[in-house]
Amino acid sequence: MFILTALRTCWLTLLHLFHRTETIQYPEQRPKLSPRFRGRIVLTRDPDGAERCVSCHLCAAVCPCDCIDLQKTEQPDDWRPEYFRINFSRCIFCGFCEEACPTSAIQLIPDFEMSEFSRHNLVYEKEHLLIAGTGKVPDYNFYRVAGVRGTGANAAPVDPRGLMP
Amino acid sequence: MIYINAIASAVGLLIGVVLLAALLTWVERRLLGFLQDRLGPNRVGWQGSLQIIADMIKIFFKQDWTPAFSDRTIFIAAPAIVMATVLLGFAVIPFSADFGIAPDLNIGLLFFLAMTSLSVYGVVLAGWASNSKFSLLGGLRAAAQMVSYEVFMGLAVIGVVMLAGSFNLNDIVRAQGRLWYVVPQCIGFVLFLIAGIAEAHRLPFDLPEGENELGAGFHTEYSSMKFGMFFVGEYAGIVLISAMTVVLYFGGWNGPFLPPGLWFALKTSLFIFFFILLRAALPRPRYDQLMSYGWKLMLPLAILNLAVTGAIILARAS
Repeated sequence: MFILTALRTCWLTLLHLFHRTETIQYPEQRPKLSPRFRGRIVLTRDPDGAERCVSCHLCAAVCPCDCIDLQKTEQPDDWRPEYFRINFSRCIFCGFCEEACPTSAIQLIPDFEMSEFSRHNLVYEKEHLLIAGTGKVPDYNFYRVAGVRGTGANAAPVDPRGLMP
Repeated sequence: MIYINAIASAVGLLIGVVLLAALLTWVERRLLGFLQDRLGPNRVGWQGSLQIIADMIKIFFKQDWTPAFSDRTIFIAAPAIVMATVLLGFAVIPFSADFGIAPDLNIGLLFFLAMTSLSVYGVVLAGWASNSKFSLLGGLRAAAQMVSYEVFMGLAVIGVVMLAGSFNLNDIVRAQGRLWYVVPQCIGFVLFLIAGIAEAHRLPFDLPEGENELGAGFHTEYSSMKFGMFFVGEYAGIVLISAMTVVLYFGGWNGPFLPPGLWFALKTSLFIFFFILLRAALPRPRYDQLMSYGWKLMLPLAILNLAVTGAIILARAS
């Protein structure tokens, strides 16, 4: 009988008056963000303090909204990007770039407070993206695992299974 | 002197009801929030109590647009009709033993029914004058729904009239000194409440403005304070139906210890709370379901209630 189910619904809804509210009152209370929250994108450094990015363009290639732009320097044997630019007004924080990155350079961190008054301020240049630390992957140095051509740094053949970050 | 008192109480009541209706918009949003495990508006003033002022300022600054394709005169008159008829309905309500504008009107109940019927015009004319499809459909639904629910609303209250032997609302309240009419007229009470919800076109019977299929129904084209009048009129309608339910079935201002006015306010707020709870709890019925409840279930029940009440009164008298 629909009247009875309606009354039961009313009763159950009434009980919700005594439940705790789920609302997080944002500026005063902060939401708990997990370490793997996909927020603002950063460029990390390896444990030695050198830039991790090797300008392979995989992040830019995988980016579904084409918000990443970068270019390698013209110096030989210097693989760092000359510029690295992320347009956060287009970024959808999908995290594909982080997954594509072979050197764990590009990472998404638990920070979403990126509001700006001007749209242009959402284009982050390399100096805005680069951080001092290693981010989520503390002791990974791409060159030490993969070796550097023409140096004795890692003369032994590379074990492909050991390449995983 | 008597006139000054009457005018003062009328103006006071008018302002009071409008302010109460405005406040209800905040109360409802807050309560709905809690019922849905949210907080609701709590930023403006203490616990958001000044939210209505913010809303008022906002709605007054909105563009008051009368569509070029609308029937201008009726378009402007419609919200006023809704508001005026609902406010006029308060004229016959006995708020306490000695307060009210015309609680001793000998056709008080009929006047109330007439005013709720007239408020259909506001809604229908709004839908018609807007000259847009959604509005027209909303107005059509409003007309059919309110006319068909009015039928058994009238029949349901006749039970009370038969018991009290009067259309005078003050007499009806006084007759409930011993026993509230909700006990002998329990079916009549349920019918009246359901019809009242439909008359105030509140959820779950808000098909005239069913926003997910009709935009906003009959007030789709309304903006600024014209929309605000529909809005406040709707909340005033809730207060009116709640107050009327209390007067007819819950002993009006009758009650021990507390002053009569307070009893009346308490009972009325309980029903206002029930209206808000209904909105939080129940989904809208389909339109044909609404119609078939009205005509195939409620109307026969109302007639049955009427017949049984009459039979019992006759049996007692003989």
